[in-house]
Amino acid sequence: MSSITVSGGIPDRAPAGNHAPGAVRTCATTGLSICEVSSRFVRWHAVAAVVFLLIGGSAAILLALTRWPAVHLLSAPWYYRVLTLHGLNMLIFWILNFEVALLYFVGTTLLKSRLYSKTLAWVGFLMMVAGAIVVDVAIFQGKSDVLMTSYVPLLAAPAFYLGLILVAVGCLISVINYFGTVYIAKRDHTYEGSVPLVVFGAHAAAIIAVLTLLHAAAAIVPAFLWSIHLIDVPDPSWYRSTWWGLGHMSQQVNVCAMVSVWYFIGALTVGAKPLSESVCRGAFLLYILFINVASAHHLLTDPGVSAAWKIWNTSYAMYLAVLASMIHGFTVPASVEVAMRGKGFRRGVFGWLTAAPWSNPAFSGFLLSLVIFGFGGGITGVVLGTQQINIMAHNTLRIPGHFHVTVVGGTTLAFMAVTYYIVPLVFQREFVARALCRIQPWIFGIGITVFATGMSFAGSYGVPRRHWDVEFSGAQFATGFDSGAHVMLGIMGVGGVIAATGLFLFIGLVVATVFFGRSNAGRAMTPWHVERSSGEVARHDTDHEEHHTPGTLVLTGVFLLSFVVYYFANWKWLSDVWQVR
Amino acid sequence: MSIQSPAAGWFKAPSGSERVWIGIAMAWCIVMTIAMPYWLFFGKQNSTGEAYRVTPADFAARVGTFVESHKVGELQGVPIVEPAPGGDAYLLARMWQWFPVLKLRKGQTYRVHISSMDLQHGFSLQPLNMNFQVLPTYDHVLTLTPTSAGEFTIVCNEFCGIGHHLMTGRILVEE
Repeated sequence: MSSITVSGGIPDRAPAGNHAPGAVRTCATTGLSICEVSSRFVRWHAVAAVVFLLIGGSAAILLALTRWPAVHLLSAPWYYRVLTLHGLNMLIFWILNFEVALLYFVGTTLLKSRLYSKTLAWVGFLMMVAGAIVVDVAIFQGKSDVLMTSYVPLLAAPAFYLGLILVAVGCLISVINYFGTVYIAKRDHTYEGSVPLVVFGAHAAAIIAVLTLLHAAAAIVPAFLWSIHLIDVPDPSWYRSTWWGLGHMSQQVNVCAMVSVWYFIGALTVGAKPLSESVCRGAFLLYILFINVASAHHLLTDPGVSAAWKIWNTSYAMYLAVLASMIHGFTVPASVEVAMRGKGFRRGVFGWLTAAPWSNPAFSGFLLSLVIFGFGGGITGVVLGTQQINIMAHNTLRIPGHFHVTVVGGTTLAFMAVTYYIVPLVFQREFVARALCRIQPWIFGIGITVFATGMSFAGSYGVPRRHWDVEFSGAQFATGFDSGAHVMLGIMGVGGVIAATGLFLFIGLVVATVFFGRSNAGRAMTPWHVERSSGEVARHDTDHEEHHTPGTLVLTGVFLLSFVVYYFANWKWLSDVWQVR
Repeated sequence: MSIQSPAAGWFKAPSGSERVWIGIAMAWCIVMTIAMPYWLFFGKQNSTGEAYRVTPADFAARVGTFVESHKVGELQGVPIVEPAPGGDAYLLARMWQWFPVLKLRKGQTYRVHISSMDLQHGFSLQPLNMNFQVLPTYDHVLTLTPTSAGEFTIVCNEFCGIGHHLMTGRILVEE
């Protein structure tokens, strides 16, 4: 049995798509209908995404080697310049381009629809790429060393803001094109009943993306007008709250996209299906409703913002968005467990897990992403976002320590994992060097985990983020950090080198495959994993089987225990610092 | 399957292990929801965001008056200033200095006013690791009670230009 369990999965009764003749092909691997026009833009956005990933990744290794005190590679001006470059290329340009590719892919493929508008797709794509180039050039010209956040009254060149506006508008146009696609799919009845869960998650991502991009406009447009002397400097407090409406909400777009990718890969690799559609969809709905207040996470020690406002907003109302993540964190592995048990892998508590298709890089990348995001990112995120605990974390390395396990170990790794299907299915190329493909998620996942662990604990010693020299050489009052902090920064450096190796390996494999990979047009892709027999008879899920997930309960129990311990340990540490109101 | 439209009638209440997990997760969310307001009323470390609008020039004038009236010495060319216990203290942030050096007494409470002359800065007290945001045109008031004595460093942890890493200050706390 091949690893592609969805072969022939589309029932015959499925309604026909709305494609023009010749504009669609049936995927020989999955049976899904692939829109040729949409595929072209999936490819263009994916190529752009990987180019920006390369720029951001090159910046990443330079930064890791600078903050590793034993190496301290870059000069101060170049450190801040490269840090600005890194943040924008990774968090905005790489991720947004990949997300637009995903929206076009799931919107047309899973809904069996054509793309709404080729013109909008071109306009959106060209604006996103042109804007990113304008920003990167402005950074290298040296007059925009303002970091990703460009907090006023820090001033960048007008081109810097203009480029960002171009990217945001281009992205907005692409998202509108996605909604247009959803509209015509509904109008033309290309699917029956409700949209698939993965598409529902994509809807959530797209809706939050619109809110995000409106905040981007509200923050960046005044900054641009100020940079060309048309208005006075924007209020710094107002700018911070508005900018983080962009900065934090965009990360929730990533979370939605990542969770959708988890469900997608679970379905592709082991035939997983959600335990309960209503629970999974309800959890996505919670994201849409409650995630928009997360900009408060960045204002928890700000002046002029009341404690009540901070407490209400930082908790996402009442941790309802956290609840959503905890639901996905259970239901995703549980759906894999139920699927594996259904195939007959029922030995012990974890027999289903050891028998999982680990030689499939999409599967290993997906499960690593799930574990790294949940244990690393989820726990630290909630703890650091606790209003009072944030006093011990604000602007220290604990913050990037947190978001490197969410957005890199989580989102980026999930996107890498799904690429092991997107390239064979959309570019129709067989991956080269498949043994390297199989270890790539491990190198990247382990590297980023080591990196973020060193970073987080260095931050616990008080080491600031966005800081060139922890020795403070030349400062008026000499100071420095505990030797433990230096050990942690060294661990961070080593992890950074490992993660960068995994990143460059990924880019190398993708580029080599797109240019030199064997074509699989008209044939099924070579499966990543040949499933061995469980030795037991597979049986159809009974209602009882659907809810028998002891392995997942153990894993989530360990997760919750770690969460509770880390949470209360931080309250204890907080009670030891000076009293302050 | 998550990539196909669900069969009709998919809207069902959760059951089995999933239902158990949702219950546990909700209980934990409620615990965390209660913890923050509890600490606001009963805990000793809070960021209440007390702040007043102020122009950089006005704030600099207040710092000047404060230094003149309470100066008790000098550390590396920077005045050491000792506010009255229970009284106001001023700390000025600018590229790339914290001014002046404050001298406090352990167990006494002070209203420490912090503002910036230019860009955003980050008040980061080390090695305690307490961090607060400092904005221009906002007088951020920290009602601070040192509970340990010794020599503490303020570093800047909000990027403020090329000399950011040079921006250090001192708080001295006597028994």
